[in-house]
Amino acid sequence: MGKTQTLIVDYDAGNLHSVRRACVEVGLDAEICADADRVAAADRVIFPGVGAAGAAMRSLCANGMDEALKTVIGSGRPVLGICLGLQISLDYSEENNTRTLGIIEGEVKRFSFDRADLKIPHMGWNEVEVVKPHPVLGGIEPGDAFYFVHGYYPSPASDDAVYATTVYEERFASAIGRENYFATQFHPEKSGRVGLRLLSNFAAWDGSC
Amino acid sequence: MLSKRVIACLDVRDGKLAKSVKFVDTKDIGDPVEKAREYYLDGLDELVFYDITASSDKRNIMLDVVEMVANQVFIPLSVGGGIRSVSDATDLRLAGAEKINVNSAAVQRPELISECAQAIGNQNVVLSMDILKVPVSDDIPSGYEMVINGGRTRMGIDALAWAIRGEELGAGELVVNAIDADGTKEGYELNLTRMISEAVRIPVIASGGAGTPDHLYDVLTEGKADAALVASMVHYGEYTVSGIKQELHDRGLHIRMSW
Repeated sequence: MGKTQTLIVDYDAGNLHSVRRACVEVGLDAEICADADRVAAADRVIFPGVGAAGAAMRSLCANGMDEALKTVIGSGRPVLGICLGLQISLDYSEENNTRTLGIIEGEVKRFSFDRADLKIPHMGWNEVEVVKPHPVLGGIEPGDAFYFVHGYYPSPASDDAVYATTVYEERFASAIGRENYFATQFHPEKSGRVGLRLLSNFAAWDGSC
Repeated sequence: MLSKRVIACLDVRDGKLAKSVKFVDTKDIGDPVEKAREYYLDGLDELVFYDITASSDKRNIMLDVVEMVANQVFIPLSVGGGIRSVSDATDLRLAGAEKINVNSAAVQRPELISECAQAIGNQNVVLSMDILKVPVSDDIPSGYEMVINGGRTRMGIDALAWAIRGEELGAGELVVNAIDADGTKEGYELNLTRMISEAVRIPVIASGGAGTPDHLYDVLTEGKADAALVASMVHYGEYTVSGIKQELHDRGLHIRMSW
């Protein structure tokens, strides 16, 4: 069997080079790709993204990438969502009042607490507590922190989809998944050794759990 | 719980690491790529590169430095110094910078902040402010004035008002750099940092004056900063990143301790 390739979905939503660099560091043959047909047929896909949900959805739909993502996720091959990628995989986002892909049931809500000492966006290192084992979270220890930057948080309809949680005023789902799809609200590519560990787990994951 | 961040700032001139005292008499102290890697492995939370290259023909060296660092340091990387346009910002982002620090050019042309925010996202635009303590006046009611060009030019703009304006224009974070304190190792400007942190909703990074871990503790508590920037303290080997973090942790601050 030849070496498999990982495609990083390019849909005009932020800087993908840091994701590619971290993938290369853990030994993945990763390429940034804006071609929906290639994404639909890819061995392994990373769906990252930074920015606003509305613009991101428009950009995905404009070149058929929304359908390509549904196809590759439906195929059983491993797919990793990161940050906005995670948020877009739910049904709906309060950000720009956006209907999103609906891969996992639930919504994305704005942090709305009124505490002057808690800044928005939630930016910096925060602990990720694994609440249900998953191959991609293997080796992540209690107290391990990852790097976050986001003003909205995922709220899946069912706890079944929640694999890890994080506290920022309230506890929210920081890693969610369903079958061969797994996604993190934090940025493994910017989270030092523990982040690389997670990406390396993803590189070895066959999509089953 | 969100951790307080320890950020190291590397001033880079012609591709080499430099450190200034009160913004003059810079001297070279080593290879920035090597230092960046060393601090990363020692638990640093974030890195800032500041390009203090004087001549524009040597500016491309910085892109190479950023790229070399980005290939081996997997924490947020922020770059500033001489950014005048969206294309300066996007060049650095392509080379591997996560965040872009705008400074003097934004004071002269505030739209630079909103243009960069539009192009690369608010959360990636850091407004870096060089601030001088002055007597309170009608023009400068806070008693802190914006300065540019490495502290040489006073702008007649109140620093507190500028911080608030910067947030409105789309900055995602602020660096509050007290130039009176810069390089003195006598502690951060607590009053200034707290005043700005209480006036905005975005994270504030304290800069200028760190000499001991106690100084970081003070600015992260009393000064209400979200992050503290260090330079000389670690560049000359007097302290290590992990040692500073351990002391802050021992004194009860929430700090990322496993890496």
